[in-house]
Amino acid sequence: MSSRPSAKPTAPAPSSKVKTLTIDDRLVSAREDESILDAARQNGIQIPTLCNLDGLTPVGACRLCMVEVKGSSKLFASCVTMVGEGMEVVTDSERLQNYRKTIVELLFSERNHICAVCVSNGHCELQNLAQLLGVTHLTVPYRNPKLPVDASHERFVNDHNRCVLCQRCVRVCGEVEGAHTWDLRGRGIDTRVITDLNQPWGSSETCTGCGKCVHVCPTGALTEKGKSIREMAKQSRFLPYLTMMREDRSE
Amino acid sequence: MISIEDLSQISQAERESREAVAHQINVCVAASCLSLQSDKVKEELEKAVEAKGKKDCCKVRGVGCMGLCAAGPLVAVENEKVLYQGVTPEDAPAIVDAIGAEPVARIQGDLEAPFFARQQKIVLENCGRIDPERIEEYIAADGYLALVDTLTAMTPIGVVQQVTRSGLRGRGGAGYPTGLKWATVNKSQGTRKFVICNADEGDPGAFMDRAVLESDPHRILEGMALAGYAVGASQGFVYVRAEYPLAIKRLKLAIKQAEKMGLLGANIGGTTFSFNVDIRLGAGAFVCGEETALIASVEGGRGTPRPRPPYPAESGLWGYPTLINNVETLANIPTILRNGPEWFAKIGTAKSRGTKVFALAGAITNTGLIEVPMGMPLRDIIFDIGGGVPDGKAFKAVQTGGPSGGCIPESGLDMPCDYESLAKLGSIMGSGGMIVMDETSSMVDVAKFFMEFCMDESCGKCVPCRVGTAQMHELLRQISAGEATARELALLEHLCDVVKSTSLCGLGQSAPNPVLSTLHYFRGEYESKIAAGEAAAAGHTPPAGGAA
Ligand SMILES: Cc1cc2nc3c(=O)[nH]c(=O)nc-3n(C[C@H](O)[C@H](O)[C@H](O)COP(=O)(O)O)c2cc1C
Ligand code: SF4
Ligand code: SF4
Ligand code: FES
Repeated sequence: MSSRPSAKPTAPAPSSKVKTLTIDDRLVSAREDESILDAARQNGIQIPTLCNLDGLTPVGACRLCMVEVKGSSKLFASCVTMVGEGMEVVTDSERLQNYRKTIVELLFSERNHICAVCVSNGHCELQNLAQLLGVTHLTVPYRNPKLPVDASHERFVNDHNRCVLCQRCVRVCGEVEGAHTWDLRGRGIDTRVITDLNQPWGSSETCTGCGKCVHVCPTGALTEKGKSIREMAKQSRFLPYLTMMREDRSE
Repeated sequence: MISIEDLSQISQAERESREAVAHQINVCVAASCLSLQSDKVKEELEKAVEAKGKKDCCKVRGVGCMGLCAAGPLVAVENEKVLYQGVTPEDAPAIVDAIGAEPVARIQGDLEAPFFARQQKIVLENCGRIDPERIEEYIAADGYLALVDTLTAMTPIGVVQQVTRSGLRGRGGAGYPTGLKWATVNKSQGTRKFVICNADEGDPGAFMDRAVLESDPHRILEGMALAGYAVGASQGFVYVRAEYPLAIKRLKLAIKQAEKMGLLGANIGGTTFSFNVDIRLGAGAFVCGEETALIASVEGGRGTPRPRPPYPAESGLWGYPTLINNVETLANIPTILRNGPEWFAKIGTAKSRGTKVFALAGAITNTGLIEVPMGMPLRDIIFDIGGGVPDGKAFKAVQTGGPSGGCIPESGLDMPCDYESLAKLGSIMGSGGMIVMDETSSMVDVAKFFMEFCMDESCGKCVPCRVGTAQMHELLRQISAGEATARELALLEHLCDVVKSTSLCGLGQSAPNPVLSTLHYFRGEYESKIAAGEAAAAGHTPPAGGAA
């Protein structure tokens, strides 16, 4: 930062709402209501994420997007930390890479992710993260829990063995579809996603069958019945467009 | 509309009626003694007074916790300064006979013992001395004086300044400066503001807050009303766990009594200040003591933490600025305003002012509740007040701060007990739980116990805490069972680092602390377990490592 002072004096007074900061030694600017993750992405800096999805309220649950901010010994989840003037952010230190690798390992160890027999094989966000971070084997023991598969819905399947509890389904159903079919029950390692009051998805009275949850689900936990691997690639890009159009109309 | 004069009249009348009977026989009816049938003792004492025709000179009262729970049920004869311990209903006639004569030596306790003599009581000043179900007794102990006086004599920011000058720090665990928090909420913009009293108290073995709620509930209400005035809130909530039925019952009663006297409700003391208090029950999840999870729970949602900022002081309950303070923090407020901040700041150490309530538990003679000035050496607390380790066993460690804290060995006992020193020792003050362990305890098992607690209580929202605590618990189980090698120990240490650094809330961030502190002070115990595991592994073929 010290090597590149910002050119302040001659420019007109900058709007108070825009902040200047450095991310991985690159000078960037961002609106004060943008997160570090937003600012990084706009500038082509990739930070690994899992729970975050454009168009949904960030929850800061997966902790993969943690970054270092100079002057603080604490780490910050970049999806929920807003930019600040003069911030110096580091997104890819060895320490961070190490933590991210362990977090992905923890996710693989938590449930039963058998990629070879999964319809999301090849386009799964968890699998992509493992490849990106170089997770080739687990150092933590597999927990091998016994988990159910809910295939009661006529078009969709919910396989708890592959759920990473990112809460995207919960959020899209509540925030965008407005049906509030999904929720969580239990706590800690026993937490599960549920439909309605823990009824089979097929007998849900609130589910509209829109399928948004399936398409935001990062893994093979929520899938459509009868689709081949290639057909089942998730289409979550509709979301930012949808939310943007709604915002515009309400003005 | 209630005034200072009204208060002093009530107080006067109460004192006179008390002085009219020569002997007050106080029976502890707080949870611990109650569980030993102190209600029966009280009944029998009343009968004995009646039968022996001593109604004119003796009055039996139920009071709150006297602290020495290990020796309950406790009965005190106030004017004679006599304490009886381990009282049974059958002892009642003898106790009544002994009044005005020689005390019953068989069950007499020693009020001059260090357990009583070395304590200094602010938060617990009324506990065990007043009937928690009668507002008049609280008023006779100068209760609500600070509230009525402050409302008519001080500006809200003046109250904030008093609290700031006192140096009071939050007793809920983190030790955040209370005055600073109040100032932030005072300055936050909002059409409404709220005050929340955090009475979730989830640490295993902790019962400080419960004792205050059961023994002196009006103190909390007065503290909350003063907080409300200082920050500009007119609604308060007490978030208390449903497992505290007696505390809830007494709080409800106290709220009703205070409302009836105009000490809560609209236009308190004839001023423009109005303040109401409602109770919200928690289902007993430890994580619901975390402030953002608590707020979610009060709002009717799932009790899980959310990232901060924004802090509740800025955006809390339903998005409005919200002050959250612990029970003990609020319990200090009326006394600080009554006696002045300088008086309070003289107690304790430079950075940790005032007193702290501790719940002594585990391998210690005097299990119970104590309040001491901050900075008293741990050794004095454990050996002098606590009476040391029973059964001639040797002291091994003391655990402070519950599942977020650490274990302190013999070598740390001469450190003063304050926020900074405990942190230096690798533990925390926490909310005041103090569990003593003797030479027979395995420190690996202690770490495993607390990890199991964190695993069970993790809300499950973030990955490192949800899965990391389960994995660390499994590793500790393997180590404890002599099934682990150096590889597992290294992995455990790595997971401690990951979970501490990346978890979303305080529960996950501090879950590794018991492991880290036992590893620091008692690494030998881990290593001997590992040696056993290595030997076993060498005897057999090691299990093959799996691939993803
Ligand atoms: C997992 C967890 C549990 C907590 N439990 C409690 C509790 O039971 N009681 C409490 O007062 N504070 C608890 N806290 C601390 C609160 O979040 C908050 O800091 C405190 O109530 C603030 O009050 P104070 O400033 O008066 O200490 C907990 C924090 C965490 C992370
Ligand atoms: S079902 Fe899919 S979208 Fe829902 S929480 Fe699990 S992984 Fe996330
Ligand atoms: S650290 Fe644990 S308790 Fe806190 S949010 Fe994460 S999972 Fe929940
Ligand atoms: S992407 Fe930020 S915590 Fe999951």
